[in-house]
Parts: sequence; C-alpha cells; structure tokens
Amino acid sequence: MMTSLSPRLVRLGIILALLMTWEVYAREFGDPLFISPPSQVLAAVIHLAHNWEVVAAVGLTCWEVIIAFTLSVLAGLVLGLIVGVSRFVRGATYPMVLLLYAVPLATILPLFVVVFGIGPASKIAFGIAHGVLPVIMTVVAGVQNVEPVLITSARSMGASPRQVLTSVIFPHMIPSFFTGLRLAMTAVLFGVLLAELYVSQAGVGHFTTEFTQTFQPQNLFALVAVLAAIAVALNELCRGAESRFARWHT
Amino acid sequence: MTLRWVAQRLIQLGFVVLLAAAWHATTSRGTVSPLLLPPLGAVYHEFLGLVAAGKFWPDLAVSLYELLTAFFIAAGAGTIIGYLVSRSVYAIKVFDPLLAGVYAIPAILLFPLYVLYLGIGPASKIAMGATIAFFPIVLNTIAGLHYVDRVYVKAARSMGASPRQMYWSVMFPAAFPVMLTGLRIGLILAFLSILGTETIASFSGLGHRIVELGENMDTATMFAYIIFVVLISILLNLAVSLANRLGRRGLA
Repeated sequence: MMTSLSPRLVRLGIILALLMTWEVYAREFGDPLFISPPSQVLAAVIHLAHNWEVVAAVGLTCWEVIIAFTLSVLAGLVLGLIVGVSRFVRGATYPMVLLLYAVPLATILPLFVVVFGIGPASKIAFGIAHGVLPVIMTVVAGVQNVEPVLITSARSMGASPRQVLTSVIFPHMIPSFFTGLRLAMTAVLFGVLLAELYVSQAGVGHFTTEFTQTFQPQNLFALVAVLAAIAVALNELCRGAESRFARWHT
Repeated sequence: MTLRWVAQRLIQLGFVVLLAAAWHATTSRGTVSPLLLPPLGAVYHEFLGLVAAGKFWPDLAVSLYELLTAFFIAAGAGTIIGYLVSRSVYAIKVFDPLLAGVYAIPAILLFPLYVLYLGIGPASKIAMGATIAFFPIVLNTIAGLHYVDRVYVKAARSMGASPRQMYWSVMFPAAFPVMLTGLRIGLILAFLSILGTETIASFSGLGHRIVELGENMDTATMFAYIIFVVLISILLNLAVSLANRLGRRGLA
C-alpha cells in the first residue's frame, strides 16, 4: 500500500528520480556546452574546491553576507526601537518606513556601485539596504505587541525607562525579533547575490560570469549548487533559531 | 487625535523638506560632484521631460509585459499544482517540505543559468520572475486548501454537495484569503526580481535603462527614471492591496 511508505522516503525517491532523469537527459541528449549531468557537477564541485581563487570568492561572498546581516540586525534593532517605542513617533515615522520598503532597491543598485565602488563594500551596503527594513518592521511590530498594561504596571512599581526597556519590552520582542532575523537573512542573501551578479571583481559574480561566457556548465552548476547549499544552511540556521525562541514565554 | 495627526504629518513633511534642502544645498555649490548626486532642479526638469514626452513607454511596456507574463505563468502553475497536491494529506506530507526546501534557495542564483539557456532578452527575466513568484503561490494554495475548516466540508458533504460543488462553493472560497496572500507576495517578488535581473543582463526594460544611464554618467536622467520606477512600484503596491481588500470583501 502506497500510504504505508514514509513521506520522507517518497520525497527522497522523487529527488533521486529527478536527478536520474537529469543525468540520463544530459548524457544522451544534452549539449555539453549548456548542460552537465549531476555526476559531472559533483566532480566539478570537488575540482573547484581545489581552485584557490574560487574558494576565496565563495569565502568573500559569505563574509559579505555575514557582515551585511550583522549590521542590518544591529541597525534595524536600534532604528526599530526608536520608531516603535513611542506611539507618537511611530505614527510619524512608520509610514515612511513602509514607503521605503516599497522602493525596488534593484533600481538604485548602480548608485551603490558609484558610491561604494565595485569591491565588497557595495555588496555589503546593498545587502544592508535589503536587510535593515524587515528588522525595523518586525521590531516595531514586537514593541507594539507588548501589552500596555505590563508597561503601566512596571512603571507604577517604579521601574525606570531603562528597566522598562530591558525587563519588559526586550523579552516580549524576542519572538518577532527572530522572525525579523529570518526575513533579514533572506533579504540580505538576495541583495548580496544580486549585487555580486551585477558587477564583481573577486566575488562569486565574477566566476558565474566567467563560467557562463566560456561555456563551462559543469563549473557554473557546481558553483550555483555550493552557494545554494550555503544559503539554505544560513536560512535554516535562522529558521531554527526562530522556532526555538518563538514560543519561549508560553 | 487631530492635533497629534497634524503634528505627525508635519514631522513627515519636515523630513522630506529637510532632505530636499540638504540635497539642494550639497549639490548647488558643487560640494558633491554632479556625477554622484545631480542637482535637484536638474532631476525635476528631467523627470517632467520624461513624463511629458512619454519617453518611458517602451521600457515600461517591456517590464510590465515581463511582469504580467511571469505572474500569469506562476499563478497558473502554482494554483494548479497546489490544488493537485492539496487533494491528499499524503501528497501534502510528501511535497510541502520539498517545495518549502526549494523555496529556501535564493532563486536569483539560477539567473546565470537562465541567461545561458534563454539569452539576455525578456525570456530569461520572465523565467526568473515566474520561478520566484511560483513558490509563495503554490505554498499558500496548499496551506489555504489544507486548512479549510473541516466543519464546512462535513456540512457541505452531508447536504449532498458534489465534488465539483465542494471545490467551487466551499474549498476555494474558504481558502481564498490565504491564496490571495500568496498571489500578492508572488507579484511583488516577481516585480523586484524582474527589475533586478534587467539590471544585471538585459537590453531593454526599466532596470536596463537605469543602469545604462548610470554607465553613461547621465545621473540626472537616471535619478528621474529611479523616481519614476519608485512611483510605479508604489502604484503597484496600492493596486495590489486594493485588489486584496476587494477580493476579501467579495467573499465575506
């Protein structure tokens, strides 16, 4: 009976079947200038792991993501608290945050390159531009969700504004803050990778262009696969943190 | 309320005025190179010329054509596949984590492959937009249809609803708000990715025009186009949230 099989097993079977189809198709019918079977891609991953320049490029891109992510989170937290902590300030500034969020940042990518150059700085800045707004928005949402009665009672018991912030508002913000981390990671990855693909000297964008233009599909597939794996790992890390901290106070 | 409201709008207005004043002050005396930040007046002049002469039409038409094609492909495929998967709990258990796992991959990474296969014309942008929009649509379709209140289903069945009536009159209307969320996210993501990929490798479209102007150091016109695209995307966002509200109300 089909339903007695574990879904996990079936899923694995589907993935294997897709890989097999790809392998057979690429070997029998594919143009080797455009498509490589998975077995060759795997070989190319190992081959690229010995290519010092490619390893350095992947490392550089990882650094860009990590720095952009950290700075997004720090800046987003501070700005989010400033925007969200008073109802009056929120009413004045939050619509502007939402308006900024609607700006398609891709269109101002050339400006980032003009200002920050074609090195890692423009990728980091572009990553931050993508990552900071989701953090601001979730921090504001988190502050908003703190029940006013908790703040009033803390205040009536003589808590200083700083104590209210650290003992009431921060702990209640944690679940939405981790949601913000996850959204920021997705956004930073998009920003950094888009900027890399746009123009790059030593990062992965340089090699994706080179592999495309010199028709080395096995290397292109391999690089994309490695980056995808790293991106999924980073996303999963944030998602794991989110689901771990999301229900701490229930 | 009114005093607060006025004060808040004044702060917003003040912020915009301050920004414009700083822009004007730094550019009018040549403190900042006009290649980096063109004078506000020049940008305004270019923007008026751009809109009055309708110079934006060819690029806007290309970008909108790419967006709509990508969105319809993603909406069609996402809704149909989501519906097929949601028909059995077992299929949901098999495919939902698979689709969510693929969704975690930044799809923009596939763009070099799409360029390799489809070239730098609109086809690679449509494929990119459709890929990015597909996942939120299919996942929300599955989620929406899966979490329809069982009471509705039982009630409809006990009153003798045919399978077709069940889907058209019970399941889809009940799942619609969740599906609408997926469609909205998909449309916005497709728009962003199409503009982004036009920036990377393209010979037409708004994203391409902006990059080209930037590379030609025609910064004033580039800023005018950026403002134009920002206005278009604000309009798009407004239209989407309006459609969202109407869609919800229509079924309530």
